[in-house]
Amino acid sequence: MSKVLVLVGTRKGCFVLESDGDRRNWDVKGPFCEGWPVYHAVYDHDSGGIYAAAASEWHGATVWKSADLGETWTQSSEGLGYGDDGELKMSKVSSLSAAHGRLLAGAEQAGIFESRDAGATWKLLSALDHPASKDWNDPAKQPPGHLGVSAITPHPGDGPEHFWAIVQGYSLFETTDDGKTWTARNEGIRADWPREYDDIGFCVHKHVFSPDVNRMYQQNHCGMYRSDDGGQSWTEIGEGLPSDFGFAASAHPHDRDTFYVIPLDPGHARTMHDGKASVWRTRDAGSSWQRMYQGLPQEDAYLGVLRAGMTNDRLDSPGFYFGTSTGQVFGSIDEGESWSELAGYLPAISSVEVAVID
Amino acid sequence: MAEVYLPSTLPPLFPGLPRHLQLDASTVADAIAELDRQWPGMRDRLVEQGPAIRPHIHVYVDQERAGLDTELGAGSRVDVIAAISGG
Repeated sequence: MSKVLVLVGTRKGCFVLESDGDRRNWDVKGPFCEGWPVYHAVYDHDSGGIYAAAASEWHGATVWKSADLGETWTQSSEGLGYGDDGELKMSKVSSLSAAHGRLLAGAEQAGIFESRDAGATWKLLSALDHPASKDWNDPAKQPPGHLGVSAITPHPGDGPEHFWAIVQGYSLFETTDDGKTWTARNEGIRADWPREYDDIGFCVHKHVFSPDVNRMYQQNHCGMYRSDDGGQSWTEIGEGLPSDFGFAASAHPHDRDTFYVIPLDPGHARTMHDGKASVWRTRDAGSSWQRMYQGLPQEDAYLGVLRAGMTNDRLDSPGFYFGTSTGQVFGSIDEGESWSELAGYLPAISSVEVAVID
Repeated sequence: MAEVYLPSTLPPLFPGLPRHLQLDASTVADAIAELDRQWPGMRDRLVEQGPAIRPHIHVYVDQERAGLDTELGAGSRVDVIAAISGG
């Protein structure tokens, strides 16, 4: 029987929630990584390892690795930096991607590092050259906690040279030559602020693929969007939602028209609306939305979910999972119709990913 | 030989690393280099790009705040402290 692992990155370490393929009973294991702040944890099907991007105020940035599903952990940052003479300075590793027999790590200041030896050593693959990089790497122009490269997404079905990256607050980028050149993919995106550059200046929070690779969705600072042309252009689909702001999103792995978001109060709070925990689902690619809330707290539930805080597995009846800034992990195995709490008292959650291991 | 005292946050990262050890080193940088030789990756946990001691790591040599270039004498005491911060 398969094993399902939900990997939870928190401000105080990594946790592993484990279940069988039924996904009804969950064991919580952790905290791991010595309680370091973990920004993103992923499973690599090629190596069978769990990897956790972490940064300690004391000891800097590193990537933790467990080759035995969380039982033991090591860490390495060899090569994970810009060097004593580098123009850029690394504050954290923000995001990870595992595909095609290698790991990619997104960093702040913005760069993408590659490991081909299961996280033992790293080297800089790309610093996403763009005239605006002097801005997105300028601490004076960034909010505290800037993530730099906040997400790296392999292009489904293509080789390793084709992937996507988000530079927080600036753009979704696509590369088809393994990071040598980048194209901003923001056509049709709205920005509610002046922009200095024609092609960028858009605050992309989350980018996900539907099972049709030409159809993708994104949750932006300024709206929810759908693309039907492989990211060449975007159409806003947020009408009917309580706000156009949110961080997390998930696309149904078997239905190109089904997409999930978690709208939040766009002000200081950035919590779910009206104290009622809700996931919103569209079944028609954004033409209409339904509030999904059965099993979620509906009274005084001011929960936040960050950009890497929602994911789904790809089982025939897919599971959807999200983790909150107050330490709850919720899951649904019925398309979002009902939810159950998988863990209730974890530290503030930065990321949620899932792995199904046969 | 310098007497080196390390913070409790380091041994979990480096199996076999004691909290207290003696090192033959002429400067703080040398001491960290020797630690890194014995426990690869140690330098990166203590030193940031520059190079400079990480902002939230404080090093004291004989109770005086030190930098990488600070010289060590015979029997110097080196305290490596993880700053009192966080929550």
